[in-house]
Amino acid sequence: MLDSAQVLHVARLARLEFTDVEIEKLAGELSKVLDHIEKISELDLDGVEPTSHVVDVVNALRPDEPEPSLPREVALASAPDPVDGGFGVPSPGAA
Amino acid sequence: MSTAYEPVIGLEIHVQLATRTKMFCGCELSFGDPPNTHTCPVCLGLPGTLPVLNARAVQFGLLIGLALGSQIAERSLFHRKNYFYPDLPKGYQISQYDVPLCSGGGLGDVRIHRVHLEEDAAKLVHVGESGRIHGSDRSVVDFNRGGTPLVEIVTEPDLTSPEQAREWLTLLRATLKRLGVSDVNMEEGSLRCDANVSVRPVGSEQLGTKTELKNMNSFRYLERGVRAEIDRQIGLLQSGEPVVQETLHFDPASERLTPLRSKEEAHDYRYFPEPDLVPLVITGEMRGLAEAELPELPAARAERFERELGLSAERARELAFRTELGDYYERALAGDGHDPVAVANWIPLLVERIGSDADLAQSKVTPEALATLAGMVIAKEVARDAAREVLTQLVAEGGDPRAIVEQRGLGSISAEDGGLAEIIERAIASDPDAAEQVRQGNMRAVGPLVGFVMKETKGRADGGEITRLIRERVGSES
Amino acid sequence: MSELIDLSAAEAAKLTRAGELDRAELFDAYRARAAADELNAFTWVAEAAPDGDGVNGSPLGGVPLAVKDLFCTEGVPSQAGSRILEGYRPPYTATVVAQLAAAGAPLLGKTNQDEFAMGSSNENSAYGPVLNPWDRTRVPGGSSGGSAAAVAAGLAPWAIGTDTGGSIRQPAALCGIVGLKPTYGACSRFGMIAFASSLDQAGPLTRDVTDAALLLRHMIGHDARDSTSLPFPGEIAEPAAEDLRGIRLGVPDELAGDGVEAGVLESFRATLALAERLGATVEPCTLPHAPHALSAYYLIAPAEASANLARYDGVRYGLRVDAPDLISMYTRTRSAGFGPEVKRRIMLGTYALSSGYYDAYYGTAQKVRTMISEDFRAAFERFDFIVTPTSPWTAFELGAKTADPLAMYLNDFCTVPMPLAGIPAISIPSGLSDGLPVGFQLAGPAFSESRLLDAAFALEQAIGFDGSAARR
Repeated sequence: MLDSAQVLHVARLARLEFTDVEIEKLAGELSKVLDHIEKISELDLDGVEPTSHVVDVVNALRPDEPEPSLPREVALASAPDPVDGGFGVPSPGAA
Repeated sequence: MSTAYEPVIGLEIHVQLATRTKMFCGCELSFGDPPNTHTCPVCLGLPGTLPVLNARAVQFGLLIGLALGSQIAERSLFHRKNYFYPDLPKGYQISQYDVPLCSGGGLGDVRIHRVHLEEDAAKLVHVGESGRIHGSDRSVVDFNRGGTPLVEIVTEPDLTSPEQAREWLTLLRATLKRLGVSDVNMEEGSLRCDANVSVRPVGSEQLGTKTELKNMNSFRYLERGVRAEIDRQIGLLQSGEPVVQETLHFDPASERLTPLRSKEEAHDYRYFPEPDLVPLVITGEMRGLAEAELPELPAARAERFERELGLSAERARELAFRTELGDYYERALAGDGHDPVAVANWIPLLVERIGSDADLAQSKVTPEALATLAGMVIAKEVARDAAREVLTQLVAEGGDPRAIVEQRGLGSISAEDGGLAEIIERAIASDPDAAEQVRQGNMRAVGPLVGFVMKETKGRADGGEITRLIRERVGSES
Repeated sequence: MSELIDLSAAEAAKLTRAGELDRAELFDAYRARAAADELNAFTWVAEAAPDGDGVNGSPLGGVPLAVKDLFCTEGVPSQAGSRILEGYRPPYTATVVAQLAAAGAPLLGKTNQDEFAMGSSNENSAYGPVLNPWDRTRVPGGSSGGSAAAVAAGLAPWAIGTDTGGSIRQPAALCGIVGLKPTYGACSRFGMIAFASSLDQAGPLTRDVTDAALLLRHMIGHDARDSTSLPFPGEIAEPAAEDLRGIRLGVPDELAGDGVEAGVLESFRATLALAERLGATVEPCTLPHAPHALSAYYLIAPAEASANLARYDGVRYGLRVDAPDLISMYTRTRSAGFGPEVKRRIMLGTYALSSGYYDAYYGTAQKVRTMISEDFRAAFERFDFIVTPTSPWTAFELGAKTADPLAMYLNDFCTVPMPLAGIPAISIPSGLSDGLPVGFQLAGPAFSESRLLDAAFALEQAIGFDGSAARR
């Protein structure tokens, strides 16, 4: 029920790439899982509210008080490409 | 036969809130500090981190909603808006989707569609020759701005011209400034405006295809950009071509509009409720606190100036839409016996002298001094022209107008004053032709004669009074 | 040495607090065993005992703790079983880990796990599978396979893991130890590398119920940095029940028959009979929407995960595969860094949320979730606890279920309903089937942990399971 074109589209949304063989395999695997999952569409869920939060809590708010920020070296410590105090990335416009 | 088209404009405004800390973490807000010096695991999107909502940001959002007369949602939710970009550390923005904080409302002639809370993205700086996105090899991300609290305000497509859009945005800005919720500085980015523009045949009820103009960072550019886009769309339709839905960037230097994203890359944001945050419930207490904090807003203030103080609609708006002018004006009226209309007329003159960017509160001219001066003119203690001299000195040195008038002998000269009659004689003698014109009823000729007297009296006589005396003296026939 | 490791954590803590056992000696004994680990249970082991680890009277007695790798531990690798975080050292420590360290449970090592907690066998780790100490040709369960194997094999006195769809309880069952998933919100999630935000919970994996209660006591508590965390009403009591008189146990038709292996069902029924002898009443009950819990789970969890894993983009930390343009960098990095199961779930989740499919998939799943919560609520009006086998089968062979994702997902059908409803559940070893451990699960209403532990304790004492064989 999920064809290769759809899989390709979803992969693009998720920033993942696959070989053609992998795409076909994925289409099969995901279709099988979705077939099983599809059964929920047979349930009568009229008038049922979807659960958006499982805890019965509202208004978890924090006072507008400053807390120490990380020293810059720590913030950049794991950066693959630190540049001039910032995080270097390939330009979005290239291509 | 060409169709006449009318523009339909809606605005989408992002306001950076003037809280101390970010929306979901305790990092301090900053502007212009070295990159990545105001970050923490949360706003960097490090693994395992979670957001916690800033109470003051909620309060500011509430103030904005109340000021715009919106319906405040008793219970609103946050949603994740999912897309990939380097300035978005989590790969999603925490925003509000179908259950926003505020819906509906209005300001001036424009209806508000919704008002909601969200977090700002970080800043992407392009390293390369032009500094623009295209053509640079590498970009660098600064997360100082990332996570700044934003309120997004979306209007209904009620605006009908670029000028109106600009004026309305000015009113919105004044209102937000008055609320104290934001610096609303377009150059610094604390007020950002996108416009949705479409055109339709005049009288049609249907909406045409709209385009989105992004990030016009000044009022002037907004007006020019919108006008350019309207012209472009009309041009297309008149040559039989359709308007394509797209996002555009306006370059004010070249007046060109360039597409930012084509439809194929349109995002599927896959919104779903943010599981790391709990619902926001606006209690009666929160609402009461906000209502108590609401100041008198510019639109209401203008209306009051008109109604209670007798100002013209235009003058009332002029003084009310800039908070600092309105405040100065009301302080000037504080004492007894000031004429509101007269005092109001002097403020633009003051602003002219100190420059419209200057801070009125810092001026050496105290509100009391200005009010006094206005009163002196009404009481004919000093003539209008001389009063302007006094104002100039007040601007430069401050002081008391009465003292200045006395020191410089700028007190008014009236008809009863013998000296004036003598000066009028000399004026008429200096230009008999003009005098003859006046006698024949050509009032345009009185100018030079009045000017002569003004100069001789150093502006201490009232212009109207001088004109009357000249006409009497020459025996004007009209 | 062998006497040392035969002590439960609570026993060891008592001795160190009494000054009869040296903490450093205890730590070193376990450290040596962890370093010599042949089960691949650990991805990092401490090099030495921490110095001066706090006040002598600390409640957890300096008894060292194995911590699932997805808990951020400052300066120590926290990789969540993934290549995309290989070598990543966070600048902060997870709240739960910090709380436990402050209470006297220092970090022994980080344990192996299924990548980003996605899996039921620990075969999805980028750092190799973990082996079951009862039979090294078999899986320990997952995703907290490393923590479970370490405790069962006596490589750690106790451990913490996370449970989203069963990831503490199921490996506990397959390894013959105790595993508890607390009420959602009872423990802070700050510092837990996220899989599915509305389901993830930290919990203890221990040799016995007493140890689980002791550890849990110091894991709970409202954390201002986690908006979904709650204050725990009351304290976690020390379990002491001697019988189950007055306890009403409900056995759901949907989770205790079809699909469960014969040997497991036998052990389950024997335990029910034991419960009755201890004074409990045992009756059938129904959770009508439980058969759909797996479907709801496999829509909600991947959907949330697809968003939670979007931050792994090579920009600020972790793996980056260089590329000339941004989109290629993202795509190559993520494709190289994530394993096949993670990619499958990201794809499933992205699809379930995508335009045109939200209502049918994610939206519907959240409605099913509401009904499941409702089913439990109704059941708890008549019963104190719902009981089921923890896992439908005992430990399967490595590689036996990797070819079919759906077959692997079916591992979870007894454990996923509880996280969907946010309620606590515990698994205790109930016996062996063909020489492999079987787990018995008890689930209770929100915040019923103390009563749950008490009932589990009484049962545990009566069962008398001996797990020492796995520690040799």
